[in-house]
Amino acid sequence: MTSWLPVALLAVPLLGAFLLLVAPSLLRPILPAYGMVVSGVTLALAVALVATFDHGQAGRPQATVDLPWVPGLDLRFHLGVDGISLPLVALTALLTFLCFAYLGWGDARRPGQLLHPRPGGARPRALVFTLLVLEVGMIGTFLALDLLLFFVFFEIVLVPMYFLIAIWGGAERRGAAVKFILYTLLGSVVMLLGLLLIWAQTGTLDIVALGQAHGAGMSRAVQVLAFVAVGLGLAVKTPMWPLHTWLPDAHTQAPTVGSVLLAGVLLKMGTYGFARIAIPILPEGAVAVAPWLGAFAVVGIIYGSLACLAQRDLKRMIAYSSVGHMGFVLLGFATLTTVGINGALFANVAHGLITGLLFFLAGAIKDRHHTADIPSLGGGLLARLPHLGAVLTFASIASLGLPGLAGFWGEMLALLGAFQPADVLPRALFLTFMAIGGLGAVLTAAYFLVMLSRATHGVPSVPLPVSAGTGPDDHPADAIVRPAADLAAWETPDERPVAPVGAVPEALDIQRYELVAWVPLIVLILLFGLWPQLLLSLTTPAVQTLLGALS
Amino acid sequence: MIQQIDYFAIAAPLTLALVAALVLLLDAFLPARRGVKSALGFVTLGGVLVALGFVVAQAAQAGSGTLSTFCVPAHLADGGSPGESCSFVVDRLTLIFAGLALVAAVVVVLMSMTELAEGDIPVGEWHFLLLCMLTGAVTLPASRDLIMLVVALELVSLPVFALTALKRYDGRSSEAAVKLFLVSVVSTAVMLFGVSLLYGIAGTVFLPRLAAVFSGELPAPGWPEASTSILEADHGLPGLVTVGIVLLVAGFAFKIAAVPFHAWAADVYQGAPIPVAALLSVISKAAGFAGLILVLVLALPGQSATWIPIIAIISALTMTVGNLLAMRQRSAVRLLAWSSVAQSGYILAPLAVAFRPGANAASTAVGATVAYLVIYAAMNLGAFAVVMLVSRTASRNELDDYRGLVFRSPAAGLALAFCLICLAGLPPGLAGLFAKIVVFREIVDGGAGWLAVVMAVNTVIGLYYYVVWTARLFTPERAVAPAARRPFPALWVAIGIAVAVAVLFSVAPQPVLDMTFLSATY
Repeated sequence: MTSWLPVALLAVPLLGAFLLLVAPSLLRPILPAYGMVVSGVTLALAVALVATFDHGQAGRPQATVDLPWVPGLDLRFHLGVDGISLPLVALTALLTFLCFAYLGWGDARRPGQLLHPRPGGARPRALVFTLLVLEVGMIGTFLALDLLLFFVFFEIVLVPMYFLIAIWGGAERRGAAVKFILYTLLGSVVMLLGLLLIWAQTGTLDIVALGQAHGAGMSRAVQVLAFVAVGLGLAVKTPMWPLHTWLPDAHTQAPTVGSVLLAGVLLKMGTYGFARIAIPILPEGAVAVAPWLGAFAVVGIIYGSLACLAQRDLKRMIAYSSVGHMGFVLLGFATLTTVGINGALFANVAHGLITGLLFFLAGAIKDRHHTADIPSLGGGLLARLPHLGAVLTFASIASLGLPGLAGFWGEMLALLGAFQPADVLPRALFLTFMAIGGLGAVLTAAYFLVMLSRATHGVPSVPLPVSAGTGPDDHPADAIVRPAADLAAWETPDERPVAPVGAVPEALDIQRYELVAWVPLIVLILLFGLWPQLLLSLTTPAVQTLLGALS
Repeated sequence: MIQQIDYFAIAAPLTLALVAALVLLLDAFLPARRGVKSALGFVTLGGVLVALGFVVAQAAQAGSGTLSTFCVPAHLADGGSPGESCSFVVDRLTLIFAGLALVAAVVVVLMSMTELAEGDIPVGEWHFLLLCMLTGAVTLPASRDLIMLVVALELVSLPVFALTALKRYDGRSSEAAVKLFLVSVVSTAVMLFGVSLLYGIAGTVFLPRLAAVFSGELPAPGWPEASTSILEADHGLPGLVTVGIVLLVAGFAFKIAAVPFHAWAADVYQGAPIPVAALLSVISKAAGFAGLILVLVLALPGQSATWIPIIAIISALTMTVGNLLAMRQRSAVRLLAWSSVAQSGYILAPLAVAFRPGANAASTAVGATVAYLVIYAAMNLGAFAVVMLVSRTASRNELDDYRGLVFRSPAAGLALAFCLICLAGLPPGLAGLFAKIVVFREIVDGGAGWLAVVMAVNTVIGLYYYVVWTARLFTPERAVAPAARRPFPALWVAIGIAVAVAVLFSVAPQPVLDMTFLSATY
């Protein structure tokens, strides 16, 4: 059964980007609306995909398209969704739409809204184009059911994300962007070698067929080698400690929407690869490598948490918290149990929602204070900007895994999986992992609470200027704004528009465009936190299918 | 003995040679007026297109078999071999190399029309030399004996020295020409020595007969125990054969600028007029690869144990050194020169896994090499064409001159960005990505894991300088660009052709793979 939905999901943003090239003058005046419409249509298609999805058969790919593209390479245009990819496709479409809403809602004149043309060149047309191409790559990765097609989409995101950081990023954007693209390309080239090794051994690139074969036709040695190669590529993207070093720079320098999409979707492409390719296609390799994967995962959890405790920069802290959260996801995969992998997939989606929201918030705070240095924010955010402070508190608490919010279930299930790992795995080792992971969860709570106590609580005070050499992210003292005294002066003259002097302080709290972008995320965090079955019912059958040989 | 010549088989080189003579005559006898310059260009272009037409016609006909001419009948051939030995054979491999050279030539001729329109370069000589060089490039892939091969390769090389030096009173250009001349002469001497050694042992110059001798099917007349097969000699493989092979490979390595014979590339590319640099990086290189494939795969399959490690090591070194040198460049042409050295390494890589056990391994390896070469030609020519456009306004042609090109000239900027991303092998430049996948697949399938890893690392190194250059295109420039803007219609057509082909290969690479993999089936 051929379905037009997956093709349309890719065609709409691609066509939207193409139109920008063909008719720039026609679209320039309506760019903010145009971006929202195109991504909105994509979101509607994703919702239609969710609605038409047969939940009774979440374990097998649905809405499939299978056409030959390059027979010489065995490359087929093979798309489809199952219970694992469906939530991620929806998440991608949602986050992209929310990014466009954030950029373009209202008159688009606020500091974070890059779509407003301004002197110095915010280059709105290029931004919309870049984001739409990025969306094609992200959705395509989750839809692809052909190894090479997966790789092609995996690579498509690199160039747009590079430009997103290199053009619209912060002060040290050039280096961060180059580091990002070189690091991830190195990973994906190694992954390509692994994929080609699978192809050379089995003679097919069809992910569905390979998944059903459960590694038949490949010797154990080949499987281990292929798993290591594919896993390395995915681990760079995820990122797994110690391959994470590109992430903090990329996140710190990227513009708000870049950070949101990077954390919300791009990192998921790495973990998704484990669930889609590495574990089902190479089960013996997975068994051999799983203890190592688990070990790196828990080191990542602890390392991420400790690094977060040491951060002064809000964006950098959230970036490192991603390393820790992705550690939980990898630990879930490493258990090779239904529970663990379910937890990993849940944590994946939850992290996309929560960290997406956190980066939106960090961007909003940075736009208002012109710094993301936590001590320079001066504390007392709840008193000065009560709504913003409240949402930040909510997102932080969700991220640290409070029961009842989305962040809890994934971590809990991942740890539970480690308590009772697959029979072929050494249980004692995984019990140790569980204990360390639990410690990491405590540390996670610690750094978020420390951050909250510094940023949101306390009496709003005039912060002390940061002296040089005190932290990894030193900002020149003139960048520090005295929030209490000079509330109206938060717009120092740079290339951003100048707000009318004497704006009422209330205008600094959450704006309408921010509300539009954030409320859906808040609602979904609550929804998945209170009703995890919604997501788990989708992933469970698919996970059982992928584990076939092991369970 | 009266030889029958199949004029249809040799139509393409014959046309080119005749047009070359015609161009020289027209230049001598037509009055030196302004219109004559472009008229000569169009005559050249017409000649190339007619030759291309013959190649297409041959391709349409050769679906049934191969055309061959200049044959020696079996009873006259030395040693009485089965079947006749032919010096000039038009098969699919020949056709694809000839087609590649001629299509690339169209772009180069269009580029040179712009180059000639302003300079004081003598037009007639330029086009004559260009056509002579093309005659060689079309003849070479059809050559099936060593002498013809060497003569054709010289025909490819010799006119290029002169072309490089035609920019008179330019020190850099003269230096480049002398360097190219010395390197080329040395490489020819080395190669001739290798050829003479192989001939001395095998007693034949025809490639298929060489293959028979060196795989032990026929006795080697030049060997002391002439009656026995060469592989059964008491003291194993004669060292002389190894020396001959190494010298032969070294000679070709000079032509394709493979490490350790690469040092001439940057200086020569920079000194030569840009169309000549494009010519060197695509047509001349393709000719070198055609020769290498013919010699290694057709004549020396029996000695693959000797040359496969050599090729693998040369390939790994070439891509690594080329990429590392390219990272340090400030000049656009020098960067492209080293990048084309690195790309030679990728092109060479599949040959290092030819003759692994398995059905038609050699043909898929050759197919992968040719496929990469074809795609590389399109994207590299596109890049050179835009570089030439920029060189019209920025004579130093450094990377900083490309800052903000997208804003000054969106079409040129986007074209160059696409070609560079293609060369790096990233989407949206899918052509380059597919080319890399074809090569990677071949290497992984062939079990040369270490070479695959070296190539993977090199892909990342290569990405660095391509992406830094691409980013410059999109960086807003500080100063306003010089407003002097002249139209270069011929150059724009050249850019259009190269980029259109690269885009076509990105969307539908299957025809390339069909052609190249078919071409390699013997």
